[in-house]
This record gives sequence, structure tokens and C-alpha cells, in this order.
Amino acid sequence: MKKLLTLLALLLSFSMVAAACGSDSDSESDEGSATTEADAGDSDDSTAHHGDGSLGEVRVEAGSEVQIRSLNAITGDVAFLGIPNQRGVEFAIEDYGQIKGFGISMGTGLDDLCSADGGQAAAQTIVADEQVIGVIGTSCSGAATAAAPLISEANMVMISGSNTSPALTSDQQGNAGENYNVGYYRTAHNDLFQGAAMAKFVYEELGLTTAAAIHDGDPYTEGLATAFANAFTELGGEVTTITGVAKEDTDMVPVLTEVAAAEPAALFFPIFQPAGDFVADQAPGVSGLENTVLLAADGLLVDGFLELEQSEGMHFSGPDVRFGENTNQGTGKTANDFLAAYEATHGEAPSAPFWGHSYDATTLLLDAIDAASYMDGDTLVIDRAGVREHLNMVRNYSGIIGTINCDDFGDCGSQRITIIKHDSAADIETSKSNVVFEYAP
Amino acid sequence: MTAAVRAKGASRTKVDWFLLFMRVALLSLIAIGLLAFFAQQLDPNNAFARWRHGGDAAHTLTGDQYKGLVVTGLSQGAMYGLIALGYSMVYGVLGFINFAHGEVFMVGGFTGFIMANKLDEAGYWEGGAFIPAVLFTILVCTLVSMATAVIMERVAYRPLRGSPRLIPLITSIGVSFFIQNAVILLFGPGAKGYPSNPDWLQQKRSLLGLVEIEGIKIVVIVVAALSMYALWYFVERTRTGKAMRAVSEDKEIASLMGINVNRTIVTTFAVGGAMAGIAGILWGLLFRSVIATTGFLPGIKAFTAAVVGGIGNLGGAMAGGVALGGAESLAPLMLLEPLGVEGASQLRDAVAFTLLILVLLIKPTGLFGERLSSEDRA
Repeated sequence: MKKLLTLLALLLSFSMVAAACGSDSDSESDEGSATTEADAGDSDDSTAHHGDGSLGEVRVEAGSEVQIRSLNAITGDVAFLGIPNQRGVEFAIEDYGQIKGFGISMGTGLDDLCSADGGQAAAQTIVADEQVIGVIGTSCSGAATAAAPLISEANMVMISGSNTSPALTSDQQGNAGENYNVGYYRTAHNDLFQGAAMAKFVYEELGLTTAAAIHDGDPYTEGLATAFANAFTELGGEVTTITGVAKEDTDMVPVLTEVAAAEPAALFFPIFQPAGDFVADQAPGVSGLENTVLLAADGLLVDGFLELEQSEGMHFSGPDVRFGENTNQGTGKTANDFLAAYEATHGEAPSAPFWGHSYDATTLLLDAIDAASYMDGDTLVIDRAGVREHLNMVRNYSGIIGTINCDDFGDCGSQRITIIKHDSAADIETSKSNVVFEYAP
Repeated sequence: MTAAVRAKGASRTKVDWFLLFMRVALLSLIAIGLLAFFAQQLDPNNAFARWRHGGDAAHTLTGDQYKGLVVTGLSQGAMYGLIALGYSMVYGVLGFINFAHGEVFMVGGFTGFIMANKLDEAGYWEGGAFIPAVLFTILVCTLVSMATAVIMERVAYRPLRGSPRLIPLITSIGVSFFIQNAVILLFGPGAKGYPSNPDWLQQKRSLLGLVEIEGIKIVVIVVAALSMYALWYFVERTRTGKAMRAVSEDKEIASLMGINVNRTIVTTFAVGGAMAGIAGILWGLLFRSVIATTGFLPGIKAFTAAVVGGIGNLGGAMAGGVALGGAESLAPLMLLEPLGVEGASQLRDAVAFTLLILVLLIKPTGLFGERLSSEDRA
């Protein structure tokens, strides 16, 4: 009898809680739609802002915060890339201050796991929260291909600081890439430029006419290896092999032997650590590759790789990171301010070069939110269409990475590529600024 | 099983036909691949090679390149074998697969990274001090991995003793994630580099004038062989080893005979952990880079090796490891490339797991496995 009573009491309390939740959300949405209609009626009175309301609005009540999200590879093999990205977002939010008196929250940093699965799962979490305006991420192009459609469909925006796959934006000839989605932007470069830069360097500067490329199956590495191969062939060179490794591989002798069979003069492997460590280490030991020139891209342009002895003598392509005194116009901070704050907070230098891109991506988003919002009483109303409209119109924005211009397909990066020569594992800072070739479209 | 059914005169089921088809298909693939390979070695421009390579002659490999593949397969396989021992021993005694064993191996690699860099800073990682320094590092790695395995057993598996086998298995996956993420928290997510080995260890040396091997690969193979011998001696010739074998036969009877079952199980974990620790430092010396996820794939491969060799059988684990390493390294270029598969070396993992399927199809108990009693298989 007693048990039955307890059970009844429990059931009752559950149903009450459920009812409370239900009615609460109902009344909220009623309120929301009512005010939206009212606004539409007397829009002349509201402050001027971007957007026509076609994608819906987000209302931030007084005392609440504007919600954005960070979606980066913060665990696993590629966390070295995602963690500085996420920290870039954190610093940008802190430096930016408030939007019309409202604080900004990025919630808990989400993880894209550098994979399509991870990107999709995290994007589902993000779009489930209707207060979210935009996402800074992903770190990896592979995650973006799965996340961008969901974010785009939810009328949010996504600005990545380190996606570089051409498929995510356009072929730079006016055709959308196969994974392009409206509402997707990036401050990182498009790899078509990086591939072209590397091909030009190998063919014209080094004077080599045969080359091979190794990717790891990720859209970023495959896109870059292909961009390089196409540009190299176009210049008149011969691409002997394009092959792949698995991200988890350690013994590279078999794949390198396959490459060695055709005896290329240059080997471009735009992959990540740790696989890249093993390629660089084992290539000179494979018969037929003893004198092959080794080249890599920004995925390996990280301290952890440069500190390895086997990376000495290699060339790296990557974004031009000579940020110098470039100032972010949203916060007034320079790259040096950022780096000093980063060291002070985290006790280390950023492990990958895209922190600046993520920082600028965040201030772009916050500027867009500012431009697309207006006050309705003490409620902040953000027009989702206005956020996209503002981002589409970004021209000559001064960021840490340089001047930012957004094209029709979301490519906002400065597209300046440099190639550096790495001479000494003991002095990686010198290598990072040892630019031997510059490329700008 | 199938043989027994057939002996009773029952007709073959569809499943039998399918399995037969799989066996025939896999074996013919190997046969055709080998034929194509020999044809290609004799004449790179033969009709088959031209057909499979889109009209061009095939690229043949030189003898040195093949020798390089064999040596790399052997050293990789030796390490798989060392890790596989831990899987096999724990399976033999407790009857479950400890999926966190790959992390024990990774912990060994990380300990090696810390030790090697500290010793390098102090100037002991070169010249005459190198050999004692390496031996000391191997010892510390072995002890740390051993301790990890023992703590793992005490904290995660002992409380689950007696529960259904699936429960410690799932727990071990959890332990694996825990250790991986704990290492990320402690050391950061990036790859950690070992200091470079002295030149004499990196240089290629001629072995009996037959093959040129990097010194470090010789070290890996020799140390693995010595560890294997020590383990065999321990299990077969000492009292503790005998107790271990007794516990793996039957825990209850063993405890009736006065064997401390708990202590024996701890010893099993400790010895398995030690082997993984040795593999970890060898891995570090060979590849000179570790990362928190280093243990995952070698762990899975070693598990595969243990099954290929016959799980529960120590010699089998080692043989399985070498077979797997060799197949991974040679099969893509000797079987698949001559068949015109593009980027054949990308398929090495597929090769490894196909080998597992092939062995299970032809000899379900593994190469050296003994038939398990039905109770054990349950």
C-alpha cells in the first residue's frame, strides 16, 4: 500500500513537472510570434538594422546572453589545431565586450572530432537550441561537409577559421563547390590557392618536373593534394602518383615504396601529425626516395612537427602568418596582444596557425549580430537574415590576418600563401619567418 | 562444427556454400595476385600488366625495395606480437578481451618519451651513455606499463570478477577511453617527439651481406625475440608460470590446490603489461613519436594477431603478429598492385582484417589455437 502511494505521488509530481514545462514553452512561443507581428507592423519605429526577417528572429530577453557556439576539433589527433581555434573564439568574445548591452556566450566548446560523424552530431546539438545565431568552426573540412548543411538549414551561419577545402566554397571561377551551403563562410584560405602556390614553387623555383602527392583521405588533404597535382600538371610537370595513407598509420614504408617505384623528384604530403612524422622520418630510408625533396602544408606547419629532426630541410606552404601589427577592427587588438594574452592564460604558444583566423571569424560574427539586431523594449532582437546579409557585404575588414573580403561563396580569407624553408629543428621561430616564396592570387 | 554436420549426411546449407565460396574467392584472389606479380617481375610490359594499368607498363620494385618491405613488416609484426601476448594471456586466464591493453602499450610509449627527453637534456642520450640510458628507459617503461595494467585490474576488472564476460569487455573499452583522455589532459593532445637516436642506430647495416637494415629495426626484432623467450621461460619453467597455467585451466580447482588465484591474475596482468611496455618503448625508438591515440590501432591489430595465431596461445600470438605485420607490408604491393588496384598501400588495414577473416574461415581456432571446450566458448 505504501509503495503504491509513493508511486502515485511520484507519477503526480512528474506529470506536474511535464505540464509546467509544456505550458511554459507554449506561452513563450505565443508571446514570440505576437511580438514579431507587432514589430512587422511598426517597423519604422525600430532602429535600422540589416535583414528582412525572412529567416526568422531570435529574441534575447534582458539578463540573457547572445548565444554563439564554437565547434572545433578539441580532442583526438587533431586537437592541436582545434584547441587554439577555440581559444581564439574565447579571447575574441572576451575582447569584444557586449552587443548593445548584452553579454555573449559560446556555451561549452563543442567537438567536431575532425570527422564527418563528429561534425554532424555536434551540429545537431547546436541547431536544437533555437537561441544560437552562429557557429565558429569547424576545424576540419571533413567535419564541415557534414555540419554545414544542418547549420544552413537552421538559418544560422557558420564561419570557419581553418577549413580550406575548395569543395566547401567555390572553384574561384564562379561555380559553387559540391559541399557549399548558404550561410557558410570562412576566414581561412581556399586550398586552390595553396595547391597552386606549392605547384608553382616546385616547378618554377625548385625546377623539378616530377612529383608525387600523398593524402590521408580527409577532404582537406585530398583536396589540397589534388589542387597541387592539377596545378603542377598545368604548369607542365608530371605527377607520378597520388596515393593515400590512413590517419592512424605508422609504418609508411609500404606506401613510400609504392611512391618510390616511379621515382618522383618531389613528394608533397599535405597531411597531419602523427602520420606526417612517419612519412618524413621514413622517406629518406626507402630505396629510391633518398634524394626526393619533401614538401608539406599547413597541417604540418605546427611546432610539434617542426621540432622533429626529420622535418629539417623541408618546405611548407601555409597561410601568410606574418601578422605583425595587423589590428582587428572589432576589438582593437593586434596579433602580438593576442599572443601575449594566450601565453599568459594558457602557458604555451598556440600549437597551430589558425587562431588569428578564428579570432577574426568571431569578431566578424559579432559585428554581424550587432548590425542585424535592434532593441524591442529591453529585449534584443536579432534578424537571422540580417546576419547573413552583413557577412555577404564584408569588404576591407581589418582583421588580425589582414584585410578580409567575403566573396559570393563565403571565401573571406586573405588568400595569401607563403612557403617557408625549415632549416633547424632547434630554432623553429626562425624557420617560421624564413619565407622563400610568396603567392597572392 | 560444419564437418560434424556433414558427417551425419545432412546436405550443405546456404551458409556452408557461402563460406565455401568465400574461401575459394579469397584463395584465388591470392593465387591470381601472386601470378600477376611474378609475371610483372619477369616482364613489366606483359599484356596483363598493360591491361590492368591502363595501357602502361607496370612499375616494378627493386630488390632493395622488397627487402625494405620485409624488414619493416617483420619489425612491425614483432611489436604487434609483443602487444598480442597481453591480450592472449588475459584471455587465457580470465576469458575476456582487455581492450584497454592498447593503452597500456601507449603508456609505455609515453613514459619512454618523458624518460628519453629527460635523459637527452642531461646528455645521456648519445655516445657511450646511450646504451645504459636506453636499458634504463626500457626498465622504467616496463615498470610503468606493468603498474598501469595492475591498477587497471584492481580498479576496473576485479570488482567485476564473476559477472558475465561481456561486462568486463565493455568496461575495458571504457578504461581505454579513460586512459586516452587522461593522457591528453596530462600531456596535451599533440604528438610528442622522441630525441633522435645516435647515428649508428639509424644507419643501415648489412646483415650477412643479404639485406640492409636500419640498426633500430634490428634492435626491435632482437629485443622482441628476447622478451618472447623470457616470457616463454617464465610461463613454462617457473612455479608462478605453472600457477598461471593452472588458473587458466580451472580457477576453482587451482584455488583448491592452494594457488592464490587473485595474485596469479595480477601477475598475468603485470607480465602482459610489461610486454606492452617493452613494445611501447620499442615503438617510440622506431617511430620517435607518440600521441595519446597511439595505442588504439596497434591494439586492434595486436588483438587481430592474437586471434590469427590462436587466442590463448603465446607462441601463436607472436607468430600471428609477425604474419600480420608481414602481410600488411607485402600484400598490397605483391598482390593488389599487380592486379591494378590503385593506391594499393592504402588497403593495408583491409589486408590485415581480411587475413583475419581468411584464417577464421579456414582454421577457426587460429593458426596455433587449440580446440576450446564448449564451456570456454560460451
